[in-house]
Amino acid sequence: MKSSYGENTLEYFPERCINCRRCTQVCPHQVFAEGADHAALVHPSDCMECGACALNCPVEAISVQSGVGCAWAMISAALRGKDMDTECSCGGASDTCCGQAPDTIHDCQGK
Amino acid sequence: MNGQENQCNSVRSTATSSPSPCGCCQQVIQPAKIRCTTSIITSANRFDHALARFGWNRGGHRVEPGLYQLGKPDTESPVFASANYTLSFDALRSALNGRDSWILVLDTKGINVWCAAGKGTFGSDELVRRIEASGLASIVRHRKIIVPQLGAPGISWPEVLQRSGFTVEYGPVRAADLPEYLKTRTATPAMREVQFSLRDRLVLIPVELVHLVLPMVVAAAILFFLAGPVAAFASVAAVIAGTVLFPALLPFIPTRDFSTKGFILGTIVAIPFGVVFSGTLSLPLWADVSAGLIPLLVIPATTAYIALNFTGATTFTSRTGVKKEIFRYVPVMALMAGSGLVLGVILGISRLAGVI
Repeated sequence: MKSSYGENTLEYFPERCINCRRCTQVCPHQVFAEGADHAALVHPSDCMECGACALNCPVEAISVQSGVGCAWAMISAALRGKDMDTECSCGGASDTCCGQAPDTIHDCQGK
Repeated sequence: MNGQENQCNSVRSTATSSPSPCGCCQQVIQPAKIRCTTSIITSANRFDHALARFGWNRGGHRVEPGLYQLGKPDTESPVFASANYTLSFDALRSALNGRDSWILVLDTKGINVWCAAGKGTFGSDELVRRIEASGLASIVRHRKIIVPQLGAPGISWPEVLQRSGFTVEYGPVRAADLPEYLKTRTATPAMREVQFSLRDRLVLIPVELVHLVLPMVVAAAILFFLAGPVAAFASVAAVIAGTVLFPALLPFIPTRDFSTKGFILGTIVAIPFGVVFSGTLSLPLWADVSAGLIPLLVIPATTAYIALNFTGATTFTSRTGVKKEIFRYVPVMALMAGSGLVLGVILGISRLAGVI
């Protein structure tokens, strides 16, 4: 049976890399390794799409559609008629979910 | 003691003078005071940790956000960021035993660092806001803040640097590795890698069980009256397989997808029930076969569904993969459970009608 986890949304553009090594510091699965003049993408299929590398890359050499791989959150979002990709309701109380977080966080940036 | 208390709790004027990003945040920010903490984990702390592990009062295991002093830190002492979840904060302060440090606790609504980073509550905005509100720039001379590596999905270091002047240094995944990390301020690859050890998996079992204990009892009670004690026990077995055996055996069950692992485990658990149901009622052949098929359809579907829902508790599943699993296997689970139920209803009606 073919695994569902072979492919993901991680993309790496090594020509943009300035070798700051932040991606190798933040990745929890050693998807990136240090290289001589740019980071090396060594285990792309181990990526869990947490988004840490892309968010901490100062030159946008990495892109990934980040999200939490939680079936419970995705199924309950689907059952409530919400978008599986943007809803994230992991972790219990409704006041802690991302659905509400933008009100308190992004508004403050003046977005 | 009194002097120290006063020093720790003194309200600092720096907070009110530092401008916040916009008006809406001002009400959220507490007047900046420095709280004291120690590295001692008391029995009350341990009791709180145990309750958290059982999912009791989820979201209620909080510490006050803000700046804490551990020991007697000065202007050169390191600053560590943490979440306001007691398990996160306590892991950090106990790992820093004997080191004079500052701890900046972000308001993550009682959620751990990694999950809060995934939601964005442990994020650049909150970090910058806390740095400003605490007046950190006038408390330490350096401009470095050590953030747990698992906070990185919510933190953009270039943004934090630009907005606060502080450089984010990513510490190790586990607070327990901090003493080793602080010797050289570099993390080994092992310190950077998230594990999911047997112990890590076993501590999740209580909360998994607590979530499903009520539906399990209801299902067992209904089955007890409709089909007897063995059927009631089968529903308990299906849930225990999903919540206890599955996390414990996760890496040892073949295949990578959680659903298929769950189907395999559930089938093994279902076989004895299938044998018992098909052989003991001395029914016509079609009814015997149907009775034996019901547990083989319903138990694996139930266990697989619980197993799929364990993805969110693990440390390695991607959203793309989980989504693929949902679309591939949830219809199969529904079909299996549905046909099992239909077979059960047919058998029940036949029995009532006196056909078998």
